Amino acid sequence: MTGSTPAPAAAPGGPSRAATTPPALELRRITAGYQRGKPVVEDMTLTVGPGEAVALFGPSGCGKSTLARVAALLHEPWAGSVLLDGEPARGWRHRAPRAQRTKVGVVFQQPRLAADPRLTLSRLIAEPLRANGRGEEAARRGGELAEAVGLDAELLARRPHEVSDGQLQRACLARALALRPRLLVCDEMTAMLDASTTAALVAVVEAYRAENGAALLAVGHDRTLLERWCDRTVEQGGHW
Amino acid sequence: MSAPSALLSVTGLSVRFRMRGNRYIQAVSDVSFDLAAGECLALVGESGCGKSVLASALLGLLPGNAQLRGGALLGGGEQLHDGAQPEPGAFEARDAVDLIGADERTMAGTVRGRRIGLIPQSPAAHLSPVRTVRAQLEETVRELTGTPRREVRAAALAAAGRAAFPAGHLDHYPHQLSGGLAQRAATALALVADAPLLIADEPTTGLDRELVEHTVTELRRHVDDGRALLMITHDLAAAERIADRVAVMYAGRVVELAPGRDFFGGPGPRHPYAHGLRAALPERDFVPIPGMPPELGALPAGCAFAPRCTRTEEACAQTPELVDGTACHFPLTAGAPAVVGAPSTAAAPEGDDR
Ligand code: SF4
Repeated sequence: MTGSTPAPAAAPGGPSRAATTPPALELRRITAGYQRGKPVVEDMTLTVGPGEAVALFGPSGCGKSTLARVAALLHEPWAGSVLLDGEPARGWRHRAPRAQRTKVGVVFQQPRLAADPRLTLSRLIAEPLRANGRGEEAARRGGELAEAVGLDAELLARRPHEVSDGQLQRACLARALALRPRLLVCDEMTAMLDASTTAALVAVVEAYRAENGAALLAVGHDRTLLERWCDRTVEQGGHW
Repeated sequence: MSAPSALLSVTGLSVRFRMRGNRYIQAVSDVSFDLAAGECLALVGESGCGKSVLASALLGLLPGNAQLRGGALLGGGEQLHDGAQPEPGAFEARDAVDLIGADERTMAGTVRGRRIGLIPQSPAAHLSPVRTVRAQLEETVRELTGTPRREVRAAALAAAGRAAFPAGHLDHYPHQLSGGLAQRAATALALVADAPLLIADEPTTGLDRELVEHTVTELRRHVDDGRALLMITHDLAAAERIADRVAVMYAGRVVELAPGRDFFGGPGPRHPYAHGLRAALPERDFVPIPGMPPELGALPAGCAFAPRCTRTEEACAQTPELVDGTACHFPLTAGAPAVVGAPSTAAAPEGDDR
């Protein structure tokens, strides 16, 4: 895969806002990969304006998931820079400074790979609060989030293997919103879900964004869905 | 070619799992449908609706705590090569077998792989990472068919060809294949014994649009060759591309069984759940059905969709039978306004005092 994307249009906050507020996310000339000499992303540039919803669309193997992980500070690129709210990223994974790490919430395609099987759903949702020394908020914020994603007390007491994929993905979305991220990265969030659950989770994301002004990078392969969901669609090349 | 009788005839199939504390999970309830040679039936529904359990029941792959009722008669399928020269490895007419009553020896020895080919959800999980595609195909040929030793190589090549797997990649290991080719390799394995019935479990999940198109086109080709295909999927768009008929499952029951043309085209689904599911598509209203499905371990009496339905009336306390393709006491009629997903007081019955 090679290619860069066109510069973004002004964010939907209007030009005056866009002029004063830095973009929520800037990926500048990112090259990244896993095996030396075999980059899966090469020289890729992408900007998500403040409060903007951008879809990154492309076939499997085009590197879009890698780019999503770079944006979420989960994978260190070989070259290029990542800026969150105008500030350059200063580390990756557990070495990312807390203030930056908590700016981004991530939801992946496979909730079963992303959820600790030992935790009840309510613990799972509150995990980021506890990990960031805000355990005392767990009950209140956790309750709010569970309600937003439509999980009741009975489901919250269960563990991942006792709920459906759709229910677990609801919990993973709630977890991603726990710290009120400024940017939400959804990597194929609904690829395993039926039409109704998909529409429900997208509605949760959009309600959160409307209330908090957060930006969104939605990565996926379903053009119809992404075009309906996002303000703008960026297409990644690649070949299957 | 005509297929006067169904290749697979499922009647009153129910599956429940016995859990600790004498609890039961009612995963499949009273499901009946026919599937003919040369036909594709898409079984759609959300995760946990019982569709995968149904597929496992047909394949005899349920765990020991499963209790089954009803039947699933698999016919001989002798129509497949009607009039044509039998290919090497082509199946012959066989006795009908009830998949539900059959013991594991019968299922393992004569049904799975031979009379039913399984196209798995994740080809990677189905292919051995340490052996080439050719080695795996040849092993499957030896296992499933009586092909003489010196013809095994040719038979494996033929199976690869049937799945459009390029001969030049046969000596590759699974990790060297693209997603599309891995899918074809898994399909080739399912086609080795030329099984007349294929069951595809979520074959398009996680694939990009282009690959979905490829997979669907290739699956359709096997149907047009005379195979019967039961496709389990949550992906309505994929179902629309391939299915002759669509069966919608909700809480373990088939609530709608309709020709694909009617389901996706003009008249649309008539069951409120099926209607809401289609309306939730991003190319339509993109509005979810409120609420979530009931637990299969605690199904309500009567219609399981009632708590989420805007058309509920007293009669819904009785479980609706599948009549005329819809299991609903008050099905939508063609051209009726959308009522599911849009809370409407007008739809509440008079005098409902719950
Ligand atoms: S109208 Fe009654 S029977 Fe039909 S789906 Fe609604 S609750 Fe069920």
